[in-house]
Amino acid sequence: MIDAGELRTRTRALLEAHPPATTDRADFLKARFDAGLAWVHYPEGLGGLGAPRSLQAVVDAELEAAGAPDNDPRRIGIGLGMAAPTVLGFGTEEQKQRFLRPLWTGEEVWCQLFSEPGAGSDLAALGTRAVRDAESGDWVVNGQKVWTSSAHTARWAILIARTDPDLPKHRGITYFVCDMTDPGVEVRPLRQITGEAEFNEVFLTDVRVPDAHRLGEVGEGWKVAQTTLMNERVSIGGMRIPREGGMIGPVAKAWRDRPELRTHDLHQRLLKLWVDAEVARLTGERLRQQLVAGQPGPEGSGMKLGFARLNQEISGLEVELLGEEGLLYDDWTMRRPELVDFVGREAGYRYLRSKGNSIEGGTSEVLLNIVAERVLGLPAEPRTDKDVAWKDLAR
Amino acid sequence: MSDLLYSEEEEALRRAVRDLLADRCDAATVLARAEAPAAEGPHDRELWKALTEGMGLAGLLVPEELGGQGATHREAAVVLEELGRAVAPVPYLTSAVVATEALLACGGSEAAELLSALAAGRTVGALAVGLATAPGAPFQDVRHDAGALHGELTGIADAAGADILLVPADDGALYAVHTAQDGVTVTPRTSLDLTRPLAAVTFEAAAARELTRGADAAVRRGLRAGAALLASEQLGIAEWCLTETVRYTKERHQFNRPVGSFQALKHRLAELWLEVVNTRAAARNAADALAADSTDADVAAALAQAYAAPVAVHAAEEALQLHGGIGMTWEHPVHLYLKRAKADSIAYGTAGRHREALAELVDLQAP
Ligand SMILES: Cc1cc2nc3c(=O)[nH]c(=O)nc-3n(C[C@H](O)[C@H](O)[C@H](O)COP(=O)(O)OP(=O)(O)OC[C@H]3O[C@@H](n4cnc5c(N)ncnc54)[C@H](O)[C@@H]3O)c2cc1C
Repeated sequence: MIDAGELRTRTRALLEAHPPATTDRADFLKARFDAGLAWVHYPEGLGGLGAPRSLQAVVDAELEAAGAPDNDPRRIGIGLGMAAPTVLGFGTEEQKQRFLRPLWTGEEVWCQLFSEPGAGSDLAALGTRAVRDAESGDWVVNGQKVWTSSAHTARWAILIARTDPDLPKHRGITYFVCDMTDPGVEVRPLRQITGEAEFNEVFLTDVRVPDAHRLGEVGEGWKVAQTTLMNERVSIGGMRIPREGGMIGPVAKAWRDRPELRTHDLHQRLLKLWVDAEVARLTGERLRQQLVAGQPGPEGSGMKLGFARLNQEISGLEVELLGEEGLLYDDWTMRRPELVDFVGREAGYRYLRSKGNSIEGGTSEVLLNIVAERVLGLPAEPRTDKDVAWKDLAR
Repeated sequence: MSDLLYSEEEEALRRAVRDLLADRCDAATVLARAEAPAAEGPHDRELWKALTEGMGLAGLLVPEELGGQGATHREAAVVLEELGRAVAPVPYLTSAVVATEALLACGGSEAAELLSALAAGRTVGALAVGLATAPGAPFQDVRHDAGALHGELTGIADAAGADILLVPADDGALYAVHTAQDGVTVTPRTSLDLTRPLAAVTFEAAAARELTRGADAAVRRGLRAGAALLASEQLGIAEWCLTETVRYTKERHQFNRPVGSFQALKHRLAELWLEVVNTRAAARNAADALAADSTDADVAAALAQAYAAPVAVHAAEEALQLHGGIGMTWEHPVHLYLKRAKADSIAYGTAGRHREALAELVDLQAP
């Protein structure tokens, strides 16, 4: 098994062969992937070395110290956090070879075609159809997806579609990789509460997906999707941030810099939120330490819940603290951003955008159900749809 | 960054303490103890003996050369988690943590001798400062005159079971006073928390030995350790409340369903779980900061109290409500937890006081 020392040596060799100062960003990232230093816990040849996941920190620290370019994980979050582990877990050798490298380097952005107008929290109710063309063996996909973040920049999508409407909803779903350049894919911006359009509606009309782009077995899509969703939640917590590194930072700064804004009521609320933010940060740190020590706890399930609430409360307080300035907004221009940039914008934006934190990636209500049932073991909700064919469900 | 996990040794310690408490400190025993005649004192002496003479736990914070275990606040915090989970009527926090820490700040042979006595567990000590006092807040003292103390102090936790009191006097010094001697009267008060009751203490020319000229620093250190490690006790309380309530709501049927299957309850319990998870991080951080003598220890202690105190109260209040009528009875132990949690929320400073302390420490000044 590779140890920290050897990883350090390999990282230094990479830096020597491709000095960041004189190497093109994309070339450096490709070389890093090929050296197995992209995600060290991935297999050899796929950007990794089969090393323990905890050792990634060794590589990252060396590269950061050397000023090496990074692959902009925030811009490629869906690919990195969700598509990649699913391709790794369920893909064929060809699929892994084809998709993982450009995904990791950021040459190809991914999006997630899961939610539909009629299937959000109840994702397994989805109705987008994939029908096998007897002649070519391709799948022909028709339907509508919605709230698709980054569909406007994406090259590929992870897609779940119904392949057998006669089975109960969880059993008739298959998982695909969809080519976003297919002529049948139409992406329409959905303008958001913030003014910009970060997510989209996606209309799929006779989109042809070759069977070689199926992930996992026909009808096993729900199981594959569980891997994606689990990784979605894990990738949200467990990041190392400094004290005041989250949304509390700008508020604390405004409080310190501008004594004229202070009131007693705001002071009480600020202190309480500062405590909550710091404790949430420690919980994230504890989760990270557990992962490194190879003893993941259930903490991750709660992290997103906590952060959503904190972001909303803190940004709400921030707008109020700013008083007259809080009555202004920086820019309502319709834009098509590539990523969510909380700190690059002003308080009003943070306030509005953070409302999505308790909806995207599973609503807070749904996450509370998950904690109650999977962590605390409380009885599940009564389910009336479990054994009914999807086509017979009320819609 | 602090180490927020439990080591294998700490987990082993937890198991040992939990096993002992399961045998010796079930709810019925705690309740019987609370109702015992005042003459028997507030503590479960047998349990204390098992924890101290049997397991050496009173000496965790005392260096080995003074007869202690030379362990750290991390281990003491684990013990307090388990004692909180059992609402154990023993003077661990007051004697083995707060009085011990105050003595550790004193130096000198008098304090060393007392530390050895407390570490052995045969002597119980209490810092004679009101339980509600936050670290850094002003505290009452008594008059020192010609080698003896005069005056009254109120709100002293576990004083009724203590052999030695550490008493701050108006000359700025901290004195050691035997409770069994002439001129000392300890008057137990009927307290909200049956398991950690308060007493008033009067001194009428009570003989006293000086421990340090700097009572302020010693008291501050004792109270800070008390506040920081109280968070671990509060974690134990909250965990018991959550676990018991989850168990009960899974079993209790109404409307032909377990009441724990109703989403309104599931969400409340899931919220509580998240609070408990956060409390563990805050409590571990505080214990680790003290153990490492970190420059962040003041922040860590204040943060832990500002967060953990309301969580323990919330957990106990939710536990009572979700148990329905049975939660309102004397036989069901939930009231012991509510009383302890509520008293704990005032002990060593309320959450609000700790937030005010943070305002100074992290430079978020009041208007
Ligand atoms: C900013 C943003 C980005 C997004 N990006 C993507 C993306 O890239 N790809 C993608 O596929 N999807 C994306 N989504 C969609 C997101 O996953 C869904 O919005 C979410 O799962 C909720 O579904 P819904 O909107 O249909 O709400 P609904 O499921 O209709 O929920 C309505 C309300 O009912 C509550 N509710 C539903 N079921 C239950 C229950 N069992 N118990 C209690 N309450 C319940 C919900 O919590 C909510 O309050 C994004 C959403 C947002 C806001």
